[in-house]
Amino acid sequence: MIEFFHIKRDIPFMSYGKLTTAISLLTFVVAVFFLVHKGLNFGVEFTGGTVVELRYEQPADFQQIRQHVDSLKYGEAQVQSLGTARDVMVRLPNIKGKTSAQLSDEVFNVLKSSRPDVKVMKVEFIGPSVGDELVTHGLTALAVVCLGIIMYLAVRFEWRFAVSAVIANMHDVVIILGCFAFFQWEFSLAVLAGVLAVLGYSVNESVVVFDRIRENFHKPTMRGKTVPEVIDNAITATMSRTIITHASTEAMVLSMLVFGGAALHGFSMALTIGIVFGIYSSVLVASPLLLMFGVSRDNMVKQTVVKEEAVV
Amino acid sequence: MNRYPLWKYGLMALTLVVSLLYTLPNFYGESPAVQISAARSSAQVDAAVKDKVLGQLNAAGLVPTAVLPGTDTLKLRFKDVEQQIKAKDVIQQSLGENYIVALNLLSNTPEWLSGIGAKPMFLGLDLRGGVHFLLEVDMKAAVDKQMQKMGSSIRRELKDKKVRYGRVSLERDSVSVQLRDAETVDQTMAVLKKAMPDIVLTPSKTEGNFRVVASFSQASLSQMKTDAVAQNITTLHNRVNELGVAEPIIQQQGEGRIVVQLPGVQDTAKAKDILGRTASLEVRMAETDPAKHMEAQNGNVPAGYELLPMAGVRKGQTETILIKKEVELTGDNIVKAEPRYDQNNNPVIGIELDSLGASIFRDLTRENVGKNMAIVLVERGKGEVITAPRINAELGGSFVIEGGGMTVKEASDISLLVRAGSLAAPMNIVEERTIGPSLGKENIQKGFNSTLYGFVAIAVFMMIYYRMFGVVSAVALAVNVLFLLALLSMLQATLTLPGIAAIALALGMAIDSNVLINERIREEIRNGMSPQMAISEGYRHAFATILDSNVTTFIAGGALFLFGSGAVKGFAVVHCLGILTSMFSAVFFSRGLVNLIYGYRRRLTSLAV
Repeated sequence: MIEFFHIKRDIPFMSYGKLTTAISLLTFVVAVFFLVHKGLNFGVEFTGGTVVELRYEQPADFQQIRQHVDSLKYGEAQVQSLGTARDVMVRLPNIKGKTSAQLSDEVFNVLKSSRPDVKVMKVEFIGPSVGDELVTHGLTALAVVCLGIIMYLAVRFEWRFAVSAVIANMHDVVIILGCFAFFQWEFSLAVLAGVLAVLGYSVNESVVVFDRIRENFHKPTMRGKTVPEVIDNAITATMSRTIITHASTEAMVLSMLVFGGAALHGFSMALTIGIVFGIYSSVLVASPLLLMFGVSRDNMVKQTVVKEEAVV
Repeated sequence: MNRYPLWKYGLMALTLVVSLLYTLPNFYGESPAVQISAARSSAQVDAAVKDKVLGQLNAAGLVPTAVLPGTDTLKLRFKDVEQQIKAKDVIQQSLGENYIVALNLLSNTPEWLSGIGAKPMFLGLDLRGGVHFLLEVDMKAAVDKQMQKMGSSIRRELKDKKVRYGRVSLERDSVSVQLRDAETVDQTMAVLKKAMPDIVLTPSKTEGNFRVVASFSQASLSQMKTDAVAQNITTLHNRVNELGVAEPIIQQQGEGRIVVQLPGVQDTAKAKDILGRTASLEVRMAETDPAKHMEAQNGNVPAGYELLPMAGVRKGQTETILIKKEVELTGDNIVKAEPRYDQNNNPVIGIELDSLGASIFRDLTRENVGKNMAIVLVERGKGEVITAPRINAELGGSFVIEGGGMTVKEASDISLLVRAGSLAAPMNIVEERTIGPSLGKENIQKGFNSTLYGFVAIAVFMMIYYRMFGVVSAVALAVNVLFLLALLSMLQATLTLPGIAAIALALGMAIDSNVLINERIREEIRNGMSPQMAISEGYRHAFATILDSNVTTFIAGGALFLFGSGAVKGFAVVHCLGILTSMFSAVFFSRGLVNLIYGYRRRLTSLAV
């Protein structure tokens, strides 16, 4: 039997509590700093504007393309690569009195005149009114997910578990957003979907650890142990599955990042970061928080109705 | 203890077979086809049309590989794109403008499969290429238009009933009528209440300020908005039909938005031109003198007249009709058009005009009793006579058009045309997307490859790390993909790139359940349980955790679905379905496999886990 994680003695995670909380707090603050300071580089879905995706037969000369696009005097136009040297994305602001079809045609014509091997792959125009709505909807979705999870966990476990799990998850979300702000990666609708998916995924992570903590509280062999020891045992016992599951999901997400092309890039990037921090936060953020909120054996054992023993 | 009753194995086999059958159509690919459908209500796609088309194709030396008649459509499949395009031209020429001839891609699914309802998934625009528009209906303009109509109706009614009134002014969301004294206020209230029962009237009788304020009730306002969107959608349908798009999607999104998706269309400019076009309805006078008509048909059209084609040509009717160029009334004055029945139970079209239209119409009909009027639909500068009834008597604001042997379907189609001829409210394009067909193909390929490589990586790892149980997990994961694809095909869901991403992610997350189970079984063995007990206890204990973690993931997916738009929604649907199928495959199905492998061994001393 191959076992990567056959750990004989419980790792005293909770005694590192102060250190890990300090690290979390620091990364959190840094992430918030970048979010506020640099801000997110919102995609065209949020800001409105026109995006033209072009493909060249031969590697493109970005400098030249930039000059050509600037010569059209559309204001703040962006030219960037879409992962390969041949795929180019040109992003233009909305201009009154010009339709996106006109804009994209003009860009295409000026570029074609200098390099005839260019082809339009995709044109996207988003009016200014749609963006605000997306932001509101995104934030509502975030709030509803948090509330839903708190409610479910409060019913299945106890409010302390629910709140710890949600705080740990928000920590992941903020760190993903911080990364996107720091590197100024484009924050598109797909990234938003990725971020919200991380929320679901990483809560699932905390649930597995919590389930084990609850089970330990019920176990006769754990009677004499202190609460931190019970939690340490739960984390150690679920360690193996945590790493294997995350590695598997990460393998899938990395596969999307590497082979999925430009369209899946933002989405898989958000998930890649989210899953890495998901391990960290469910073990080293959620559980210390649980301890901090003063979880005790009485909280769980009182509820004798909850028969389900849990797992891993 | 680790044996399923027979029916559970049966269920496993059944779900597997059904899923295979329903997933199968996705792998047959598509072949080029030409789709014929009727452009106007009067034209029908029947056996005669089929024979005519096939005859013409034969003459041109083109043989379709399959002829598929459907309800109101005829689809012809061809060997290659070259034949398809040639055939389209031939068919379009032979059938004329009454039919829409569109290029399409048809699935190669064999008949026995489509017979049981197994069809391939519908591919979204990002996977197949095309144009996407999001249009916003200008609700304020729609309401303003109605307010103006209300203002002119009020004036007319008061004038008719000889009530003296002052200024009628349009305010933000009401119409205010200035009056002289309390008595005229009462009169106005009485007149308007009777004439326009739908509106809310508020009298004001304070000294020096006598007036009546009329406004729409909340219910009629929201009705107005719903109607505006519905009418615009109908109009868009009619217009898109003329683009020759095989499977357009025109749907309402949110309160006042309309999504238009035209797969395969690349020319945004043309599409926009047609979507934004204005069609109008006109009432004009017709000249029925056969001598003049004959002369006109021979090329001698009198001055001030034109020869227009009839829309629905029935037996005994002429194909063209001589119409005065002068427009008496436009469709703007039509409030309602609906199919009705007359006293003999014959289908007719009921038309209601606003008060301005009614008074014009009254004058027109009084002066022209015995003559024929014509209702003309003008689109892209081309007129077509919908009907040319004889005026039997003076008509008011509400009348019926008898079409002499009109069928119920025709009556409803024509009233729809009358209603849908023009847009109820102007629309703005708020989102527009054009995706090239090669990009679509590439997206499918990339999405598929990344899922495949990810799956292989996970499967190989599981098989090495958990040995036999890893094999079971890998099989369960493969079955999960199969179930998910089958479910999506059964639901005829639209697969988009985010959907493919969700399939990949569902696999990455589904393996969690199997890891939980396998780890738990290892632990039970470590704790000294017998192999059979370990399997049973491992599955039992793992289930509570699997349930909890899947429910929380499902909550997140549900919220994404409810609040997401476009791409996010597509992701969320597949994500949620993936969670459901993974519960089934990872728990029920994998247990079945384990039972088959280990459950029937009497002396089991160790497990390959």
